[in-house]
Amino acid sequence: MKRFSLLSNRAGALFLTPGALLVGVFVIIPFFWVIFVSFTNRTLLGRTAVNPDFVGLANYLALFDPTSFFVRGQFGFSLILTIQFVIFSALLGQALLGLLLAWLSQSIPPALKSATQTAVIAAWILPEVVIGFAWFAFLDYDNGTLNMILRGLGLPGADWLLEHPFWVIVVFNTWRGAAFSMMLFTSALASIPPSYFEAANVAGASSWQKFRDIALPLIRGHVVTDLILITMWTFNVFTPFLLTNGGPSYRTELLSIYTYRIAFRDFEFGKGAAVGVVIMLINLAFALVYLRLGRQKKQGAGA
Amino acid sequence: MRLSPSAFFARLGFSALAALIGAFFALPLIWFLFAPFNARAELGLALPNPFTLANFAQVIQNGFAMRGLLNSLIQAVGGVVLVGIAATLAAYALSRSSLPGKGAVTYVLLLFSSVVSGSAAMVPIFLIISAVGLIDTHLAVILVFAGGLLPTAMFILRDFIDSIPRSYEESAMVAGASPVQAFFDVALPVIRPGIVVVVVWAFVNVWGSFLIPFILLRSDELMPASVAIYSFYSEAGTPIVTLLAAYALLYSLPVVALYLFVSWKFGFRFFGGIKA
Amino acid sequence: MASVEFQKVTKSFGTFNAVTDLDLAIGDGEFVCLLGPSGCGKTTSLRMIAGLETPTSGKVLIGGDDVTYLHPKDRQISMVFQDYALYPHMNLSDNIAYPLKVRGEPAGKRAARAKEVADVLKIGDLLDRLPSQISGGQQQRTSLARALVYPSRVYLFDEPLSNLDAKLRLEARSFLNHLQRDMGMTAVYVTHDQAEAMALATRIAVMNKGQIVQYAPPIEIYRRPATTFVANFVGNPPMNLVPVDAQIAEGVLQLRAQGLSVPGLPVTPGIAAAIGRAGRLTLGVRPEHLRIAADAAGPRLSGKLFANENMGPEKLVTVERPDAGRVTARIFTDDEIRLAEDVAFTFALEHLTLFDAEGLRIPLEGEA
Repeated sequence: MKRFSLLSNRAGALFLTPGALLVGVFVIIPFFWVIFVSFTNRTLLGRTAVNPDFVGLANYLALFDPTSFFVRGQFGFSLILTIQFVIFSALLGQALLGLLLAWLSQSIPPALKSATQTAVIAAWILPEVVIGFAWFAFLDYDNGTLNMILRGLGLPGADWLLEHPFWVIVVFNTWRGAAFSMMLFTSALASIPPSYFEAANVAGASSWQKFRDIALPLIRGHVVTDLILITMWTFNVFTPFLLTNGGPSYRTELLSIYTYRIAFRDFEFGKGAAVGVVIMLINLAFALVYLRLGRQKKQGAGA
Repeated sequence: MRLSPSAFFARLGFSALAALIGAFFALPLIWFLFAPFNARAELGLALPNPFTLANFAQVIQNGFAMRGLLNSLIQAVGGVVLVGIAATLAAYALSRSSLPGKGAVTYVLLLFSSVVSGSAAMVPIFLIISAVGLIDTHLAVILVFAGGLLPTAMFILRDFIDSIPRSYEESAMVAGASPVQAFFDVALPVIRPGIVVVVVWAFVNVWGSFLIPFILLRSDELMPASVAIYSFYSEAGTPIVTLLAAYALLYSLPVVALYLFVSWKFGFRFFGGIKA
Repeated sequence: MASVEFQKVTKSFGTFNAVTDLDLAIGDGEFVCLLGPSGCGKTTSLRMIAGLETPTSGKVLIGGDDVTYLHPKDRQISMVFQDYALYPHMNLSDNIAYPLKVRGEPAGKRAARAKEVADVLKIGDLLDRLPSQISGGQQQRTSLARALVYPSRVYLFDEPLSNLDAKLRLEARSFLNHLQRDMGMTAVYVTHDQAEAMALATRIAVMNKGQIVQYAPPIEIYRRPATTFVANFVGNPPMNLVPVDAQIAEGVLQLRAQGLSVPGLPVTPGIAAAIGRAGRLTLGVRPEHLRIAADAAGPRLSGKLFANENMGPEKLVTVERPDAGRVTARIFTDDEIRLAEDVAFTFALEHLTLFDAEGLRIPLEGEA
């Protein structure tokens, strides 16, 4: 008794197979494997590479050891650093800047709008190695463009990567990723009927008032979506490694960079896996919130 | 459009602010426009003096560097072909078939793909690739990327296919076509724009990526441009700016070209993978 | 050509029954319209003939063969879709010839046949164009051409004219009428437009909530609607329905309502039974059968003037009745109608229809 459908169940399963295999092997299995490895003391070399022992929660206890938690170069420090990084560069940086840009774009001449958006998007799409190096040049103490401008204005230059590494990567990541928020908010603002703003204009509202009273409430859903997405992405980002290598002295060692060092410099796979699991749990929390919001949006009135 | 004085000044203020922000974004990149053409390029921003194309000539003669670009191309094209085919088939199945649990599959897929990020999965990916003996192969990079990019690609394409009227395939079948014929004759050509977007997005992702090749590859001959670029550091550890800048520019060209192509054809609509 | 039959077909989507226990027999060469409001099950029924939906229970037969679970491609049918379903990447010739391509006809023959059909439909000059480069009316005809290009047993139409503007719709409609008479095709045509159904069908199946309410030739639907639903659905403006008190006195049926004056009517068994169930009936009379009363004689229906629409040779006069209902008359005259506030209509008794308290028509004397 076959029910008609555009694609039979058998063909459908066949079509899904290549994708399912790839995702299964490279996304789903790693999910379980990393949990498994985190309970071992596996390393790259030596006995424990071939014959790892099951060590239970030892790796996690080491990570969350209160005596070393806040020490620079340890997991706790990296975790806190990453959280601060996310707050400043994603929530305050990318989202606000993206929102500002989207709002400004409505009231500036088209040529300027094009030029600005091109610059913002260029920062986003160029390969990470290239922009890492571009910033390296930009920040150079002796000849870098930034110091050149500052000294030209009569202000002292600085060895930025050495003296203010955290803020450098915050600004760097804000610069790198603002394009996404800008585009998301631009399309969100474009979906507001222009007559709303025109009515406000007639009533004499200022730009700030229009933004606060009309735009913001109507794009609230998009704001939340954006915040969650960029939070997730920023939390996992690796690119600052190309600028600072996690230094100086672990001052910019985000969780992703810390994981890399533990697993591929110190070769402690078990411990690296444990960090990976913690990262996944945090990602899971974000993802669940995001998916739940997505469903709520579908059930409620359209976005 | 004639503006009142206050509106004029407001617009002026906004423009100034926008210009300032635009300058902030452009500044680090301007150096990059000049340095490749500068025979005496340094880290500082300077007009090309003398203007030269010799940097490019030297880079092109550097076999290792060019091999790097070729490797990037191999990995990106391989990844893109795999993602393109697998994602299209899977998305079509998710959209058109009545497999039980379709919705749950998408939900779970999305969940897993956001949770298992590159940072989190570094260790198991390395172990899995080692276990199957694929460390230090192009295939490893291609497969890992395909797996990682697939969920998002499937999601984007599924949404796109959902928006195509079913009456296309239905009318083809009433006219006598089998489901496979209907897929190739009628559905696939209409899905093509969506596939193009996904392919471009995947290409840009693989082309620009650093971490995965860095972890999975060992031999110099297989390193993509993102890693090969570091060969332009001298033994002392200082960068040879002229060559590096030229190489970086070459490396960036395909991405810029693809972006211009997509935005010329489609506008901003798909970039960002917004699941709105 | 072939016949089509539904045998006790039910189709449910989850807990929702789109079609319940449908029995319908369409003869070879008949042009049957499935007419009804949205959600009545007409499109679902059509799609079950095509094979695009599978019945939850029951059987569908084409030409006597049980096709209930047969794939659409094996049913030898043609279908014109509401959105035309023209493939955007193929030019008109390839679009029209696609069914032939699927059947393995060589390219030369395909193009020739496509041209043949396109010429009949007056789109022969457009064969090189893409669907996006032609007008809505031409798209509709292309879709029709594709349906006609290969031999079929049954032709299915899913609201094919609803996306056309009014003038094009009339042209297309008369062309379809001509086509049907020319080819003698067995056609099943879904529409919510009663004028279309009346113009095209040999028989109309009026549907509501997944069931057939009346299945009869257009003239029958028009003159003897089976229920108030049908009476209200067919006709533009629809039949006027007036609630009346009814009782049998002195051997005749007496109908009473404010502003209504009707002589006693002969009592039939049906009438007696209806009154036995409830004393309220519904009186129906079509707008085109009402005239402005010239004198006090004859049946009368009156009220206060509500609207007087002068649409050229056709005038619509609407009055508001004491019971707050409205009655519209459709009067054909070239002269303007001037009316005072109190208006009275008159009509011939043979144009009167009666419905019982459930909305079912009660046959009057001399009717079936």
